[in-house]
Amino acid sequence: MKSERANRRMMTRLSIFAVAMFGFGFALVPFYEKICEVTGINNLIKPAAAVVNTQVDKSRWVTLEFDANAHGLEWEFRPVQRSVRVHPGEMIQIEYDVRNNGAKAVVGQAIPSYGPKHAAPFVKKLECFCFKQQPLQAGESKRMPVQFVLDGALPADVNTITLSYTFFEVKGASTAPAKGGVQG
Amino acid sequence: MEAVHGHTNDHSHDDHAHKPSGIMRWVQSTNHKDIGTMYLWFSFTMFLVGGVMALIIRSELFQPGLQIVKPEFFNSMTTYHGLIMVFGAIMPAFVGFANWLIPMQIGAPDMAFPRMNNLSFWLLPPAALLLIAAQFMPGGGAGVGWTLYAPLSTQAGPAMDLTIFAVHILGMSSIMGSINIITTILNMRAPGMTMMKMPMFCWTWLITAYLLVAVMPVLAGAVTMTLTDRHFGTHFFNAAGGGDPVLYQHIFWFFGHPEVYIIAIPAFGVISQVIPAFSRKPLFGYASMVYATASIAILSFMVWAHHMYTAGMPVEAQLYFMYATVLIAVPTGVKVFNWVATMWKGSLTFETPMLFALGFLFLFTLGGFTGLVLSIVPVDVQLHDTYYVVAHFHYVMVAGALFSAFAGIYFWLPKWTGRMYNETLGKWHFWLSLVFFNVTFFVQHFLGLAGMPRRIPDYALQFAEFNAISSIGAFGFGLSQLLFLYIVIKTITSGEKAADRQWEGADSLEWTHLPSPAPWHSFETPPVVK
Repeated sequence: MKSERANRRMMTRLSIFAVAMFGFGFALVPFYEKICEVTGINNLIKPAAAVVNTQVDKSRWVTLEFDANAHGLEWEFRPVQRSVRVHPGEMIQIEYDVRNNGAKAVVGQAIPSYGPKHAAPFVKKLECFCFKQQPLQAGESKRMPVQFVLDGALPADVNTITLSYTFFEVKGASTAPAKGGVQG
Repeated sequence: MEAVHGHTNDHSHDDHAHKPSGIMRWVQSTNHKDIGTMYLWFSFTMFLVGGVMALIIRSELFQPGLQIVKPEFFNSMTTYHGLIMVFGAIMPAFVGFANWLIPMQIGAPDMAFPRMNNLSFWLLPPAALLLIAAQFMPGGGAGVGWTLYAPLSTQAGPAMDLTIFAVHILGMSSIMGSINIITTILNMRAPGMTMMKMPMFCWTWLITAYLLVAVMPVLAGAVTMTLTDRHFGTHFFNAAGGGDPVLYQHIFWFFGHPEVYIIAIPAFGVISQVIPAFSRKPLFGYASMVYATASIAILSFMVWAHHMYTAGMPVEAQLYFMYATVLIAVPTGVKVFNWVATMWKGSLTFETPMLFALGFLFLFTLGGFTGLVLSIVPVDVQLHDTYYVVAHFHYVMVAGALFSAFAGIYFWLPKWTGRMYNETLGKWHFWLSLVFFNVTFFVQHFLGLAGMPRRIPDYALQFAEFNAISSIGAFGFGLSQLLFLYIVIKTITSGEKAADRQWEGADSLEWTHLPSPAPWHSFETPPVVK
């Protein structure tokens, strides 16, 4: 049997290993973030890189439907147009209306989702209210644009894309009116 | 544990002078046998608590429609049934085995850190109380599922905080227990007890303990992130703040998949002791068994995302996780074939421990096969979150881990208590458990294939018959376990005296060098192993 000291040394090493693994759990957070960034899995609320091919494909029509939800917020949130028919390659701008019916100022962040899911990378958003956090004073209303180009490489079987935004409350964010430019 | 026989290997004649009496003996105990006993009783108590929760679930599911409980309470029951059975029943049961057996099997006088051992055990009751107290918080228990997925867990009521702290405490207990086991096995073996001479049970626990030290802190990190998201304004899993709920699933299953093997590997160890003893042959392919166990442990870190095929993943990633998962069937198959080869041409007898070991072998393999089915992406997309998955993991956890624990308890009860259990009643316990287990869970495969989702208190009418059968089986299985309790108590109080080497095929040190019951202090002078 080895000495007490060997046991203590072993305990120290294993404890350090356990603490390091606790740190490793947190290190997974930036690691996954990087993977999503590199593979483009989760670039939903970032502007698309410059659109290179702007050739309009007049032979093809795609319908875009718009949806709006507010999660846990007393906000009235809806698209101005329910749907638009577009050609791939066309520059499109649509608008959403939002109004804070609550009694206090709140900051919201909109998260988009797409149906079908695999159409997401082909909707190239150039401008979107979802690129930054939106502070709304009590009773304030806003009209917010979304500007996008539909990529011509969109799979041929996709004729309709539903773009749905959900506003979530960002707790603890400053509710001062936005001066623009600051990305959320 | 009372009697100290005048055996040649027992040099501690002043045992009783050191042994405090009454409750303080247990509260202050630093003796590996006492702590092992406490672990086993704690685990059985939690097994009954988790079992009652399972019966509440099965009562509600006996008929379609909502009859007995509210949906919120039903969700809470599925959550805490899972948490209590995994962290409160199965894991402590095998830590109890480890405490009792590892020092005796390697010829050490006790665990390396006896006081830390005491602390590891006594952290468990407060954690269990937190899990039970969570039921009585405003809004009831957190019905988030045992996986505690965000964003549901970040929005749940105050019960969630109690659950998070319980997981923290259970994690600390497991890590300390594991450090103790690793140090004991690596540093305190008797002279001549080389690593490759150790009983298989010690090997499996050494590998399990490493897994625990590696992944319990990751789970602690995941629930800590949930806690800070809930109360301290962080946004790890909050999409609005730039986080991602799917991140929780990745971190959780990085812990969760190795956790599956943390439960299964010590069970393999028990089976690897029991089958050779009743085959009267040494374990077939000992070295390959060690390497297969280590391979399973290493592979377990590389397959976590097969639990989340439907969460959204590129097809390349799905393919990788599918192939890696299928690969685990290779070392697991090595183990199953080795057990079968151990029995080949052996002088088999079928006492209760052997029956449970054979039940394990048959049903665990079946559970392994359904696991293989679920690892195939296109199939899993259909079966994800259905009763097929529920059937799969109950085959590996109940018929796997629990049956192996029963096998181990019947096997070592004569050594622990110095008394023999009633063989007839033991066989009754086995056959009742085997039949009712299959009545409960086999039909759940059909329910899953037909599309019945898990974690829902109500279901469509076409699932009614199989659910009724499953509920009847569950009550039969639950009541059969009361017979087990009776058998154990009867053994302790009035069983026949057991021989020092009750099973002549068993050849590890606790059978060959120690009397039955094993004295309170054993191997104070280490034995010499040839």
